[in-house]
Amino acid sequence: MKKENHKLWILFKSMFVLSACTFGGGFVIVSLMKKKYVEELEWLEEDEMLDVTAITQSAPGPLPVNASVIIGYRLSGIVGSLIAVAGTILPPMIIISIISLFYEQFRTNPYIATALQVMRAGVAAVIFDVVINLAGNVLKTKRILYIVMMIVAFVATYLLDVSAMIVILCCLGIGLADLAITLRKKKGMTV
Amino acid sequence: MLVLKLFFAFIQVGLFSVGGGYAAIPLIQEQIVNIHSLMTMEEFSDLITVAEMTPGPISINSATFVGMKIAGVPGVLLCTIGCILPSFFICFTLAHFYYKYRSVSGVQIVLGAMRPAVVALIASAGSSILMLGLFQAELQDIVLREIRIVELGIFVAALFLLRKFKTNAISIILGSGVVGTVLYMFMGAI
Repeated sequence: MKKENHKLWILFKSMFVLSACTFGGGFVIVSLMKKKYVEELEWLEEDEMLDVTAITQSAPGPLPVNASVIIGYRLSGIVGSLIAVAGTILPPMIIISIISLFYEQFRTNPYIATALQVMRAGVAAVIFDVVINLAGNVLKTKRILYIVMMIVAFVATYLLDVSAMIVILCCLGIGLADLAITLRKKKGMTV
Repeated sequence: MLVLKLFFAFIQVGLFSVGGGYAAIPLIQEQIVNIHSLMTMEEFSDLITVAEMTPGPISINSATFVGMKIAGVPGVLLCTIGCILPSFFICFTLAHFYYKYRSVSGVQIVLGAMRPAVVALIASAGSSILMLGLFQAELQDIVLREIRIVELGIFVAALFLLRKFKTNAISIILGSGVVGTVLYMFMGAI
C-alpha cells in the first residue's frame, strides 16, 4: 500500500514538473514523457509510448492531458488517471490564474520575450535527442515499409502541412492492409 | 448561470478540438467571443499571446484565463474541468481497450505501422520549433543570413550535452532560457 502511494506521488510530481516546463506544444511534452517514463523510470516500453502518442493524437482534447490519462491508467487504473491529469493541469491553471491579473506587463516584458525565444533552441535539442533514438529504432527494424513510411510522413507533415490526424489515419489504413496480407499468407501456409 | 454556460462552452471546446492545440483556437473564439460575447476580439488575441508564452496546453490556458476573468477561482475550476471532461472519458476508454488487446499479434501489426508516423510527427514538431528558434520564422519564410547565432550555439551545445552526458531535459530547457537571456543582455540586445 505504501509502495503504491509512493508510486502515485512520483506520478503526480513528475507530471506536474513536466507540465510546468512544457513550452511549445504537445509533442514537446511527449518527448519529455518518453525520457521520464521510458528511459528514467522504466515504467513504459518505448513502443508503448509511441502507441500512446498515436492514440492521444487521434482523440479530441489537449494532447498532454490525453497522454496523462492513458499513462495514469496504465500505472493504477482510474486513480492513476485522475492523479496524472491533476498533475498535468495544475501548473497551467496556477500560472495563468496569477498572470491573468497582470498580463499586460507580462506580455510586454522584453526579458520574458527573450527567454522564451532562446528556450526554443533548448526545446528543439530535447526533441531531436528523442527523435534520434526513436528514428534509430525504426531503422533497426530493417523493414523498408516502416522506413519509407517514416520519411513520407515527415515530408507530408513538415513540408506539405498535412495534419497529424490524417497522417495517423493513413498509417492506420496501411497497418490494417499489412495485417490482412499477413493473415492471408498464414492461411496460405496452413492449407 | 453564466458559469454554467462557460462550463458547457468548454465541454464543446474539449470535445471538438481534434489534432492539437492550434485546432482549439477557432473553437474557443467561436464559443467565447462570437456565441457568448464574454470577451472582445482584442482581449481574445491577448489571451492567445499569453497562452503561447506560458507552459501548458493552449485550451487549458484559455479555459483558466476566461474562467478567472469572468468568475474567479470557481470559474477557473469549472472551465478547466469542462475542457478536459470529454477527453478524459474518451482516452480512458481507449486506454482500457488498448491495454486489453495490445498483446494480440494482429493489433501489434496495426500499431507497428503507426509508430514510424508518430516518430515523423515528433520530428516535424521539433523541426518547426528549431526553425522558430534559429530564424524566428516558419520554414517557408526563412532568410539564411538572418540566422541567430546565440540560439544556434545553444541548440548545438544542448544537443551535445543530451547525447554525451544524458543531461536532464528540464535542466536543458530552463538552462537554455537563462543562458540565452544573459548572453543577449551582455550583447546589449535587451
